[in-house]
Amino acid sequence: MASSDLIVVFPGTPSPDLARTLDMGGYRWKAVSGADEAIKTEPKNGWMGAIIACDEESEAAWAFARALRKRDNPVNSVLLLVSGAQLSDLELRDDLFDDFCLTPFHPRELEARLRHLFSGNSEGAAARPELVEHSGLVLNLETYQASFNGASLDLTFMEYELLKFLAQNPGKVFTREMLLSRVWGYEYYGGARTVDVHVRRLRAKLGEEHANLIQTVRSVGYRFGQGRWGN
Amino acid sequence: MLDQHRDYVLRTVEERGVRLVRLWFTDVLGTLKSFAISPAELENALNDGMSFDGSSIDGYSRTEESDVLAIPDPNTFEVLPWVDNKSAEARVFCDIHNLDGSIFGGDPRQILRRTLDAARAQGYEFLIAPDMEYFYFETPKRGELPVPLDEGGFFDLTTTDVASSLRKETIRTLEVMGIPVEYSFHEDAPSQQEIDLRHTDALSMADSVMTFRMIVKEIAAMHNVHATFMPKPLEGVQGSGMHLHLSLFKGDENAFYSADDANNLSADAKAFMAGLLRHAAEITAITNQTVNSYKRLVPGFEAPVHISWARNNRSGLIRVPIPKRGNPSATRIEYRSPDPACNPYLAFSVILAAGMKGIREGYELPAEAGANLFQMDDADLAKMGIHQLPQSLNDALKVMEQSELVRETLGEHMFDWFLRNKRREWMEYKTQVTPFELNRYLKSL
Repeated sequence: MASSDLIVVFPGTPSPDLARTLDMGGYRWKAVSGADEAIKTEPKNGWMGAIIACDEESEAAWAFARALRKRDNPVNSVLLLVSGAQLSDLELRDDLFDDFCLTPFHPRELEARLRHLFSGNSEGAAARPELVEHSGLVLNLETYQASFNGASLDLTFMEYELLKFLAQNPGKVFTREMLLSRVWGYEYYGGARTVDVHVRRLRAKLGEEHANLIQTVRSVGYRFGQGRWGN
Repeated sequence: MLDQHRDYVLRTVEERGVRLVRLWFTDVLGTLKSFAISPAELENALNDGMSFDGSSIDGYSRTEESDVLAIPDPNTFEVLPWVDNKSAEARVFCDIHNLDGSIFGGDPRQILRRTLDAARAQGYEFLIAPDMEYFYFETPKRGELPVPLDEGGFFDLTTTDVASSLRKETIRTLEVMGIPVEYSFHEDAPSQQEIDLRHTDALSMADSVMTFRMIVKEIAAMHNVHATFMPKPLEGVQGSGMHLHLSLFKGDENAFYSADDANNLSADAKAFMAGLLRHAAEITAITNQTVNSYKRLVPGFEAPVHISWARNNRSGLIRVPIPKRGNPSATRIEYRSPDPACNPYLAFSVILAAGMKGIREGYELPAEAGANLFQMDDADLAKMGIHQLPQSLNDALKVMEQSELVRETLGEHMFDWFLRNKRREWMEYKTQVTPFELNRYLKSL
C-alpha cells in the first residue's frame, strides 16, 4: 500500500532553515512535539517519512525515532539531522534511521538526500533483513518470534529486544551502559543492573547448556556468540 | 514504550496461537487470583482494562462500589510452559484500579509500586533475592498427619528420589518463565526443599514469588504430590521460611557497601537495618500472617526468635552474609523471619518502608549480638536491649494495630481489612480444643 505524501517532523518547532528547505522542495510536512502526537495525527495510510532533528533535545529525539520504528508498521524513511559531536550516537542505532545529514546543513544537500530517500519509498521496508540467525537462534523481526534449535522461545518484549540487539552484533563486546542506552533507550531508570537481570533471564530461558551464548566479559560487559578466538 | 509492549504482546498472542490469556492478580492475603479472556479481548484489556466484580475477592469488596478494573502489565506477559503447545495459554499480571481510573486501595501490587516509587524518589532501587522453602507430601487426607515423600537429609541426592526429580522439573519450568534460580537443595527436614532465586527488583520478585508458588504446586499436582508453603507443617522439625536477601542500589552503586567500614556496611545499610529492627515487631503480622507462622518462630530450628542482628549467627533476625570475594555489589542483608505463606507484595512493602524510615530518620544500629541467643534467658537478653518477635498472631496484630508505619504503607483500606480478617482467624483458632490439651489435661485434671 502506498503511503501518504506527508512527512512528520520533530521537534514541534523546526528550525526556519529546515522548514524553508522542505517548503522549497515541495514536501508536505507536519511538525509534532512527540511520539504520541505523531501517532494521533498520522494519516490513515501512514507517514511518508520522518525528519528528526537530534541536535537540540537529543534524548527526546532518540525516543521519538524509537517510537516510530519499533512498532507494527514502522515509518520506513527516517532522516536524522545531527551535529558533528553526535556522530558517535549513531553507532549501533542503524535500525532507527535510513540516512542522516550533518547540521548546520546545506539546503541543497538536504534536498538531495530527501529526494534519494523518497525515490524508492516502497523498497525501504523490504530491503531490511527480516530474520536474524545465529548458532541455532532465529529471530523473526517481522513477527517478533524467537526460536532456538527449532523450538519456540517465549520472551518478554525487553528480553526480545536485548537478544535481537546482541544477535545482530555477534562477537562484539558491549558495556552495560551501551546496552542500556541502545536497547532500553533513555527513558529507563533501573540502571545497569537492569541489563544483568535481563541477561540472567535470557540465559535461564535458553537453558543451562546454551546459557553461554551470552557471555560475561569480566569487568566490561557482555558478548553474544563465540568470541573471535572461539573461546 | 508502552505501545511497543502492547504491539509485542498482541503479535505474540497471534503468532503463538495463544487461545487463552489469564489475567493474574493477588488478593489481600496473597492468594493468586485469575480470570481468563480470549485473545480477541486482549487489545481492549491492554488499553482500557477489564472490569470485574471485586466483591468475590478477599479484601476487595467495598460497600459503595464493587466493580473494579484489571489493567494488564504487558511487561509481565509470559506464555505458560506447562500447557500443551496446541492450545497455548499465557498469563499477564494486572494492576487493579477503580472504575474512575484511580488506584484501588485493596490491590497489594499497587501498594508495593507506591512504596517502591517513594524509595525511588530518594534515589534508591530495592533488590530482593528470596530463599524459598517448602515441603512435598503425599496428597493429604483430611484429619490425617502429612506424610513426607522421603526421609532425606540436607544435601542428600539419590537418583530415585521423587522429590529431587520434581524439584528439577520445577526449576526448568521456573527458568523458562524467566525466573532464574541460584541454588536448590534438599533441606534438613524430610521432604523439605529449598530453591533460592536470583535477585531482581522487588516488584518483579513479588510477581516471581506468586509464579513460583503456583509452579511448585502445579508441577507437584501433575505427579499426584502435594506441595505446601505452610510455615510449620511437621512438629519437631524445622519449618519453611522465606529468608530475604535485601540490598539497595543508588544508580549502579550498591548503597549498602562501604569500603571504609570494617564489615563493609555503609551508613545507609546500618540505618536500614536499624529501621528494620526497630519496626520488626510491627511488620511481623504481615511477614508472618498465619496462626501457624508462629509455630515456626521458636528456638532450636534456625528460625529467628529475637530482634537482633549478627554477621554470621543464624539465630538473629538479620544476618549480614559475607559476600564472596568481597564483591561490593553482593553486599546485602538477610531478613530471616518471613515465611513463604506471606503476601510478598505486602511483605516487601513493609520491609522497605521500615528500612527507609531508618535511613530517613538516621536510626542508630544497635550492637551486634555475637552470642547464640537461644542459649540466653530473657532477663539477660533484656539487659542487652534485645526483645522477642511477637509470639503469636494475636501479639503481632496488637503491635501492628498501633503502627503508624504499617498503616501509612498499606493505606487505610488494606490496613483495616487485614486486621479484621486476621482477628477473625485468631478468634477461630482460640476456640479450638487442641490434641495438646486433650493429651495433657483430659486424664490428669
